[in-house]
Amino acid sequence: MNAGNVRKVLVIGSGPIVIGQAAEFDYAGTQACKALREEGITSVLVNSNPATIMTDPGVADVVYVEPLTVEVIERIIARERPDGLLPTLGGQTGLNLAVELSDAGVLDRHNVRLLGTPLETIRNAEDRDLFKRLLQSIDEPVPPSGTVQSLAEAQTLRQEIPLPLVIRPAFTLGGTGGGIARTEEEYVRIVERGLQASPIHQVLIERSLEGWKEIEYEVMRDSADTCITVCNMENFDPMGVHTGDSIVVAPSQTLSDKEYQMLRSAALKIIRALRIEGGCNIQLALDPNSSNYYVIEVNPRVSRSSALASKATGYPIARVAAKIAVGRRLDEIANAVTKKTSAAFEPALDYCVVKIPRWPFDKFPSGDHTLGTQMKATGEVMAIDRNFEAALQKAVRSLEIGGRSLAWESPAWRGPVNDRLWDQIERATDVRLWAIMAALRRDVEPVEICRRSGIDPWFVRRLQRLVYMERRLLAESLTPELLREAKRLGFSDVQVGTLADRLPEQVREARDQWNLRPVYKMVDTCAAEFEAATPYFYSTYEEENEALPDTGAAALVIGSGPIRIGQGIEFDYCSVHSAWALQQAGVQSLMVNSNPETVSTDFDTSDRLYFEPLDEESVRDVLENEGLSRTSVITQFGGQTAINLAEPLAHAGATLIGSDVEAIDLAEDRRRFEDFLAHLGIPQPPGGAVTKVEDALVIAENIGYPVLVRPSYVLGGRAMEIVYNADELVRYVTAASDVSQKKPILVDKYLEGREVEVDAICDGDDVLIPGIMEHIERAGVHSGDSIAVYPAQNLSPEQEAALIDYTVRIGRALQVKGLMNVQYVVFQGQVYVLEVNPRASRTVPFLSKVTAIPMVRIATWIALGRSLQAQGYHTGLWPKQSLVAIKAPVFSMAKLVGVDTYLGPEMKSTGEVMGIDRTYLAALTKALLASRASLPKDGNLLLSIADRDKPEALPLIRRLTELGFGLYATAGTARLIEGLGVSVLGVARKLREGHPNVVDLIEQGRVQGVVNTVTGIRTPTQDGYADGFDIRRTATERGIACYTSLDTLRAAIEAIDDSERGYSVVPLVEYLDSVEPATAGDRSSR
Amino acid sequence: MTSRAALVLEDGSIFRGESFGAPIDGEGEVVFNTCMTGYQEIATDPSYGGQIVTLTYPLIGNYGIAHAHEESRRPWIAGLIVREYYADPSNWNSHGALGPFLQRHGIPAFQGIDTRALTRHLRARGTLRAVMVSDAVGIPDAELVARARRVTPLSEKDLVAQATIVKTVEWQVEPASAAGKHVVVVDCGIKENILRSLARRGVRITEVPFTASAADVLALRPDGIVVSNGPGDPARLTDCVATMSALLTSRVPIMGICLGHQILGQALGGTTSRLPFGHHGGNHPVQDTRTGRVHITSQNHEFQVDPDSIDPKTGFYVSQINLNDRSVEGLAHESWPVFSVQYHPEGAPGPQDNQNLFDRFISHCEKAQ
Ligand SMILES: Nc1ncnc2c1ncn2[C@@H]1O[C@H](COP(=O)(O)OP(=O)(O)O)[C@@H](O)[C@H]1O
Ligand SMILES: Nc1ncnc2c1ncn2[C@@H]1O[C@H](COP(=O)(O)OP(=O)(O)O)[C@@H](O)[C@H]1O
Ligand SMILES: [Mg+2]
Ligand SMILES: [Mg+2]
Repeated sequence: MNAGNVRKVLVIGSGPIVIGQAAEFDYAGTQACKALREEGITSVLVNSNPATIMTDPGVADVVYVEPLTVEVIERIIARERPDGLLPTLGGQTGLNLAVELSDAGVLDRHNVRLLGTPLETIRNAEDRDLFKRLLQSIDEPVPPSGTVQSLAEAQTLRQEIPLPLVIRPAFTLGGTGGGIARTEEEYVRIVERGLQASPIHQVLIERSLEGWKEIEYEVMRDSADTCITVCNMENFDPMGVHTGDSIVVAPSQTLSDKEYQMLRSAALKIIRALRIEGGCNIQLALDPNSSNYYVIEVNPRVSRSSALASKATGYPIARVAAKIAVGRRLDEIANAVTKKTSAAFEPALDYCVVKIPRWPFDKFPSGDHTLGTQMKATGEVMAIDRNFEAALQKAVRSLEIGGRSLAWESPAWRGPVNDRLWDQIERATDVRLWAIMAALRRDVEPVEICRRSGIDPWFVRRLQRLVYMERRLLAESLTPELLREAKRLGFSDVQVGTLADRLPEQVREARDQWNLRPVYKMVDTCAAEFEAATPYFYSTYEEENEALPDTGAAALVIGSGPIRIGQGIEFDYCSVHSAWALQQAGVQSLMVNSNPETVSTDFDTSDRLYFEPLDEESVRDVLENEGLSRTSVITQFGGQTAINLAEPLAHAGATLIGSDVEAIDLAEDRRRFEDFLAHLGIPQPPGGAVTKVEDALVIAENIGYPVLVRPSYVLGGRAMEIVYNADELVRYVTAASDVSQKKPILVDKYLEGREVEVDAICDGDDVLIPGIMEHIERAGVHSGDSIAVYPAQNLSPEQEAALIDYTVRIGRALQVKGLMNVQYVVFQGQVYVLEVNPRASRTVPFLSKVTAIPMVRIATWIALGRSLQAQGYHTGLWPKQSLVAIKAPVFSMAKLVGVDTYLGPEMKSTGEVMGIDRTYLAALTKALLASRASLPKDGNLLLSIADRDKPEALPLIRRLTELGFGLYATAGTARLIEGLGVSVLGVARKLREGHPNVVDLIEQGRVQGVVNTVTGIRTPTQDGYADGFDIRRTATERGIACYTSLDTLRAAIEAIDDSERGYSVVPLVEYLDSVEPATAGDRSSR
Repeated sequence: MTSRAALVLEDGSIFRGESFGAPIDGEGEVVFNTCMTGYQEIATDPSYGGQIVTLTYPLIGNYGIAHAHEESRRPWIAGLIVREYYADPSNWNSHGALGPFLQRHGIPAFQGIDTRALTRHLRARGTLRAVMVSDAVGIPDAELVARARRVTPLSEKDLVAQATIVKTVEWQVEPASAAGKHVVVVDCGIKENILRSLARRGVRITEVPFTASAADVLALRPDGIVVSNGPGDPARLTDCVATMSALLTSRVPIMGICLGHQILGQALGGTTSRLPFGHHGGNHPVQDTRTGRVHITSQNHEFQVDPDSIDPKTGFYVSQINLNDRSVEGLAHESWPVFSVQYHPEGAPGPQDNQNLFDRFISHCEKAQ
């Protein structure tokens, strides 16, 4: 194979962000497309995720934003006639699709070659049985195990290998459905679940290696059989906690050279045996008490770990993998960092890297926080420093969990060491790190902690060192020496202040006075052996500063930190575009971010990258290093993270460009905002803020039920609810005031209307509205969880005019300079404002893509002082495209045990897809297909509909029966159905009424879809709620569609109605009427 | 903690830190090593004689010390410089911490130094002479620098003589299989993993001092000869070079490693010269000039065989080059069973990827009669 005979390559993206498959594949795909271009190869990209950089014009040569199904990809292949397919950059999704395409004969039919990793390799790595055999053939140890296809087989195997046992389903993501069984009961339960979760109905059962060291190697191989390892990584949490849920450190810390090389040699042997051409990730377990090891898993593709390894070392794995796949040898690929050496070398690190996962438990406090073999984190942060302690503490600061430093302790641990504390340490939960700190503060011996957690003593002693420093800061007076030591261990000014009884600002002043400022060191792949020009830096308290400021104007883009629910990849997209726009305008672009998965933290995205926590201290340090006078700050693209920094940075004397702090404050301060809108004469839902139950009742009485309630200050996720009567209100307010202690609760009229979202760009005078989006689900379902349609389909001309008028007036009155997002509800014909965000919103990438308006670039240039007019735009709604684009949410609920899946005013989705076509129904069909929310083609449905929704459900039920679905229902719903003259297949019993009940129906596979709506406050004690919860969870875990909103169901029925007409599959640009006249931007850039 | 200790370079720069090794002063030439693991192997590698080693990896001591990590009977480095030393190691195989080990052997070691700044400095200036002053409090800078300038340069020291064994030793090989092959190893300051790598292949080994003449070696009736690594400037070793020349005519298979490679180069009429700051690390890419294949190698050397100094008429060619700076990494003869490598196929520390070179050597031994 050589570069000469590959001309056109199809790259499969990874689709929507879900747990286990996040922004790292946007980073990988983007790098790969750039690499292919460098090789003179035409790239054709398909991805259903519109929030990605890789689907932007200019990254790949031809871009399809289409559902990732075999049918769609075959149509793309037939049209584009690529000669190669690169499946290794789209995560598990890409790999699985490649296998399906091959099995379906598509690749043969169209003469498409798999590049990089042969199909046989994918099978050998993914099929646990083949993998085991392959490893045994090269004398690499695998844990004793067996593969079974049924429970009976599992029972037989159980006689051979003793408990505890690990159960893992074949071909699944992030360990879905797996677990560790310590008892017989657990064994049966997990085996059954695993068989179900595996698309090929196969699970691997093996000896549990809980407590062994978990080590990963990132390995590359080229067609000349040259092999290198990019780096290794050691998990702080030993085997038993998924690497995606483990704190990870690079390079390994507790391995001797003998052990390091032993595992490295094994890794090289394995990649050779698998004949991978590209990169792979190899996971190993090492006995902490001998040199025995086992090979756990190989991922024959780029992965989350490879993204982390790339950011940890500066070695661009995806880029190199893409080049190898088209025939380049490692020594022919230039080292992008040193520019002098080649990619055939192994990075040497002269720092320590710590990654910490970001879990969604702040959103879902009631979910199961236990960490195990199934991944639960939505994102991660990384920090770099010259020692572990400092890197760890910076990583903790980067997590942005309510400013929680390592000093945080749960109230449940108060007093002497108790069982609840030990439980967190033994069980491994999201707060284990803090629990260990708490135990050490209580003088528990590190050995005891190690014994109970399996964590290596080296790590625990590092934490103990932090505890010692805490004590010194408490006891001693703060001297320059002490402060310097604390800073070298990564203590923030806030932490030092708390311990040494000073304000953070006073600590900062002391630092200034004592000349204790961080220096910045370069990530250069070679431990300074060669000169490098990588503009990639991290802070540390040492002597020499390598990030000397340039001259000329510069702007710092504040990124969005870890991917979490509510703040996803969209904001990384915006940050990246802002950096590019700055460069185009001739301003030096600086990026600060803490997320290793993303494109924004690729060192060639901006002119300079600072890998730092996104908190006041770190960002101020960066600004001071660059020079406050020449460096301005852009806070509107990094989501809430960045916007929250606007005020403190401005206060510290930084020059903010874009909307000023006043606009931000006005939009965010509830009371001020109310007055502001009232002053403009723009309606908003009536309501008020209360602290007492009695006041809440009065307000609700005045405005009328239902009301939407939320604490003004959200603590521990106790959040927004829709409340239908006084009883519920009393219950809510009582519970909420317990947690929020005197913070007011907001009570608003719940307007059950059509939710509409508008993104606008404003320069203070003109307000450009690229598009208006309408939601399919009525208000009450969070905008991030609703299906959104562009252009809006159901607005009257008057309503549209009002939306435009309000948006323009709000933009002007707030003096927004850049992006603004306004959420509206249209209720009984009248338009109300729900919320204004004077920053980039989640819909910016989507809208930019479907309107061809480079929204972030325009906004960035406005911040630099160029008016809309100067950029060729004017006030008002931009002409609508004649396409329809539909954004649908994607959830990761199967991974989050114990979390209720119903749609409500709190956001729950992790990602999104887009369906785009010429007609509404075709676009809808594709959006549902891509988000796996389509109704099944035929079969049976289970209906359980709340009384409140019954009248509205009638016509939908009728359609379902006309479409030929068989219906099961709970008693009340069954009566409703029978009232239509339709008989049900069966009445499903409530859980307490014995078997077979609602859950059995789902578990036995008798239904292919579920419709279940809920009303009122969801407390588990409430009658009917528990059943609903179990219905929804079971459906989710069994992977069948579950509709909790009648609006979604209606849309799914409409799409099925239209399915004969089909949909188109064409490159994104072909849907667009006209691409924005490039001249408009160019003219003004001169 | 106050920074009492000082590393003072001949160019006048001073890096201050704290001592964690022997409380004495040290002197030598400062080099940096980029391996991320293997501090004990580095410390006990005799090739480091006369050199103060800076480790670029900042966290040192983590997994303690173990007998299995010893590359010779004692540490040879003139001193150790690290960013951060951990005195509380964790590893099942460890029997103590690095600091006390160095103290026992009288090796000074400093921590708390901005080793990256030091490395960048050395990269720009080249290897420099230096003194390590364990308690520099109160000593004027000028005096410290003057001391650094008085340090004897590496190329003026007879380091091999200290590192080599004094008398011939036979290695016990278990299991004594070996197809009966006998390898004579000329010890110029050998790393034990070379011996272990040979022993693992079942050969009988006789280790001789570097002063052994060709006649001494041949009298042992070897099936193959290994000339080992070792410290210092190869140009000083004229006797060894003469021995090598004589051995070459014997047609006994020869493998040269590191210093052994440089000796072979000179025996072929080639010259050696000093690299700007040497190669010290476990990540050096080396390309086979005939197959194009690249290997990752472990390296530790200050000197190189000059690429154009090997006359093709000798029948030898440059078989391997370093991809980073194109320096010579290997020599081989077109038809004789003689080859040498500048790097360390035995790793320790560093990759084991080139263990196959020992296989090649053994197969030469087996073929030659
Ligand atoms: N035999 C075992 N004993 C204990 N834990 C295990 C075992 N095998 C795997 N694990 C744990 O389960 C996690 C997930 O398993 P892995 O095979 O890597 O699946 P995935 O495809 O989800 O990454 C691992 O990271 C490890 O912590
Ligand atoms: N007064 C209201 N009437 C109806 N729905 C509302 C009302 N206020 C909020 N919502 C719903 O709640 C969701 C979240 O509220 P919002 O104020 O936008 O919070 P967030 O800051 O989380 O986006 C909205 O998308 C909308 O669907
Ligand atoms: Mg894994
Ligand atoms: Mg909102």
